[in-house]
Amino acid sequence: MENQLIELAYALDTLYFLVMGAFVMWMAAGFTMLESGLVRAKNTAEILTKNISLYSISCIMFMIVGYNLMYAAGGSGIVPDLALFLGTDNSTTDVIQSGGDVYYSSIADHFFQVVFVATACSIISGAVAERMKLWPFLLFCVFMTSIIYPVQGYWKWGGGFLDEAGFMDFAGSGVVHLCGAAAALAGVLVLGARSGKYKDGKPQAMPGSNLPLATLGTFILWLGWFGFNGGSELIISNVVEANAVSMIFVNTNLAAAGGVMGALILSKLMFGKSDLTMALNGAIGGLVSITAEPLAPTPGLALIIGAIGGLLVVFSIIALDRMKIDDPVGAISAHGTCGVWGLLAVTLTGGTLSTQIYGALVIFLWTFIASYIVWSIINAIFGLRVSMKEEEEGVDISECGLEAYPEFSKSFNGGPSVYPKK
Amino acid sequence: MKLVIAVIKPFKLDEVREALSGIGVQGITATEVKGFGRQKGHTELYRGAEYVVDFLPKIKLEIAVDDDLVDNTINTILKTASTGKIGDGKIFVLELQEAIRVRTGEKGKEAL
Repeated sequence: MENQLIELAYALDTLYFLVMGAFVMWMAAGFTMLESGLVRAKNTAEILTKNISLYSISCIMFMIVGYNLMYAAGGSGIVPDLALFLGTDNSTTDVIQSGGDVYYSSIADHFFQVVFVATACSIISGAVAERMKLWPFLLFCVFMTSIIYPVQGYWKWGGGFLDEAGFMDFAGSGVVHLCGAAAALAGVLVLGARSGKYKDGKPQAMPGSNLPLATLGTFILWLGWFGFNGGSELIISNVVEANAVSMIFVNTNLAAAGGVMGALILSKLMFGKSDLTMALNGAIGGLVSITAEPLAPTPGLALIIGAIGGLLVVFSIIALDRMKIDDPVGAISAHGTCGVWGLLAVTLTGGTLSTQIYGALVIFLWTFIASYIVWSIINAIFGLRVSMKEEEEGVDISECGLEAYPEFSKSFNGGPSVYPKK
Repeated sequence: MKLVIAVIKPFKLDEVREALSGIGVQGITATEVKGFGRQKGHTELYRGAEYVVDFLPKIKLEIAVDDDLVDNTINTILKTASTGKIGDGKIFVLELQEAIRVRTGEKGKEAL
């Protein structure tokens, strides 16, 4: 009877990992729709291709080397051990003998983790949209998913020196979102802004081609985030844990809601208009902000944390444009700025400020510097940026040889008929 | 024969079309276009960056009619496409040299 209960708990918790992992996988669709909605029509097919490919590459490289690097059995705490491919799963005997300490399939654990690294990579694709070549981007993803992400993941979730220092990051405001944003920032700096984006120091509007898709993508991400945060509790099969997961779902939900309203209200106050795209970024920013600690806060506090994330997103987007750092979808702001805020917000319910700052700095510096080097090398050998002609024509034609909306008549110059304010 | 080109506001299309059918016009070509006359554009806002939209959506109608139907066609369009506000559009009348029906090869008035 006892053995049956152990097996049942194992099965339940494994199922939990798998289902939550599948939710996070669905976030790939969310990012894809969000990004494709916010880029111009002539660049849509390319970003769709980029998203589905980076997801695939993430799965492949993480299986081959990344996972074992991140959860290395040995290692010094800074440099993980190297091991390739996936090992074997737990046997029933192992599980029974452990008395339930071994409570989920290790293959399920891999599945749950691989969808997180894919999330980190897809943060990058939006920031570099509309002017980067496809294959050099995918080449960067290979390095991101096999080395850059796993090493800093090891430092925290693999039990490395950040974890030992007491750094707290429940589901990855730092390890996933700040990491992705840092790699994105490095990429954008090497790449440069879209042609015509900054004129006389002022940002020129380049409106997205499909706001319904962008909104759908945001809702999909919101749903997927229940898996992202909920699954990170890693267990559900007793009263305490089931309650914890429930609280995580509620807090995650409220943080997103707070983010939406924070960004929307601020947009109305700052611009006089309720900018939908800011509200969408606000939802993401709110979600990122609660991701470092979705369990400990009360629902009210989670709401506030998310709302502050929504405010920060708007300020950050404006600030980046002022610095002429061109991020078509606001990824660096939603995931980077709010990722840092999420790590710091942990101190509202636990942890210490100095350790959180330490962790944020380590993750950011490692990822940014390593990424900058890789981007620069790829740029030197292959070139990152499409040619001016290709950028004008749209990367759909140059990279994919097809159009996302072939039957819609092209407006002037293949883009919206808008002129910068004189 | 004349070719009447009318640029009108998009939401007026159905009304104009029905009225023209009523006076005996048997064929119209409609295209989605963007344009402006003395109607200035408006300002839009995207993520904090303002931009001016000068070109506004319009519908362009091309109607080939026999000379004795021209005046009626123009008056009908003027009546149904007008809102009294700026941006109502314009009508141009061109001399139509020839018209041919593709299916039968009929020319001239018979092709209209």
